[in-house]
Amino acid sequence: MGGVVPSGNLDRREVVKTLLAERNGLLVVTGLGSASYDVMAAGDNDHNYYLWAAMGSAATVGLGLAEAQPERKAVVVTGDGELLMGFGALATMALRKPPNLSIVVLDNGHYGETGMQPSHAGRGIKLDQVAQACGFDWTAEIRDMVGVKDLSRRIHVADGLKFADVKIKANNPLRVLPPKDGVYVKNRFRAVLGHAPN
Amino acid sequence: MLEKTRQQSDWQDQVYPALKSVNVKHVAYVPDAGHSKAIKEAETDIDVHSVVLTTEEEGIGYLAGAWLGGDRGALLMQSSGVGNCINTLALQCCTRFPLLMLITMRGDWAEFNQWQNPMGQATEDALKLMGVMTWRADKSEDVVPLIRGAATMAFDGDSACAVLLGQRLIGEKKWVE
Repeated sequence: MGGVVPSGNLDRREVVKTLLAERNGLLVVTGLGSASYDVMAAGDNDHNYYLWAAMGSAATVGLGLAEAQPERKAVVVTGDGELLMGFGALATMALRKPPNLSIVVLDNGHYGETGMQPSHAGRGIKLDQVAQACGFDWTAEIRDMVGVKDLSRRIHVADGLKFADVKIKANNPLRVLPPKDGVYVKNRFRAVLGHAPN
Repeated sequence: MLEKTRQQSDWQDQVYPALKSVNVKHVAYVPDAGHSKAIKEAETDIDVHSVVLTTEEEGIGYLAGAWLGGDRGALLMQSSGVGNCINTLALQCCTRFPLLMLITMRGDWAEFNQWQNPMGQATEDALKLMGVMTWRADKSEDVVPLIRGAATMAFDGDSACAVLLGQRLIGEKKWVE
């Protein structure tokens, strides 16, 4: 292990667009970098929370949100590098097991923002198997759009903590930048859930 | 074998009720002896989400998410964990969600393990560098007022607030034969 393994073939924008085609109030947290651009490209939404820093935190933000909003479904969309920086969070999530939370990793096996250096995932670490070993209720490695469509249905069912490692192409589509004002995005997110800014 | 001698441990009984009184619904923590009473109570409270973390910065993301969902929480850790949180505190700086932290000190007073001293001595400055307001409790009677005051400034002011529980309060930790 350690050599670079081939990336997947899925188009990241098509994956996210398919995943979020039917929102039905779905809460979405994005990890910094390309995952945020992909979700923004699929359409800005008051139910989106975009991270621009705090690398490694997308999963834990999703965990706190899912626990505070048990009647809704939450999904974290992030990259393999972002997830790896907070790898211990897989263990933390697996102890809590919120049934309304899904972690979707757009895994191109590389750090796309910094010059496409191979990540640990790109050198052979099987992220879905780590999640499975931690005790996630459902895990999968997804390599085709049939699997993505199946995933798009699963994230709307609160029947267990889920983890999907979606193997995408290692490329950088045109950036579609979400709002960077974290207070603005926070307040509009809370407002649509019926909470005052403060 | 490690054993603690405590001056007064009644403050430990007051921490959890103080958190409940400010409507904290989530307690995220890395296990620590000084917080053991509050942790035990959080773990047995069916109205509170008690979340054990593998590393302290997970709690910052967790509490940001809980606040997005409408809930208040608190993060319990030891001073060594503050070092783990530095970059992740940018999330609070840029989002301005209320972040209440209770931090038990090491490397602060009568520390038997000098490896705790570098981070312990840097804890308060490190927090301030990242925009966290801090208060120190070295006496039992200060614990509850400082927690309540920090909670007011966190939850009413969308601020990051930390109460440092000093080693003079916690008691000297000694090696025993």
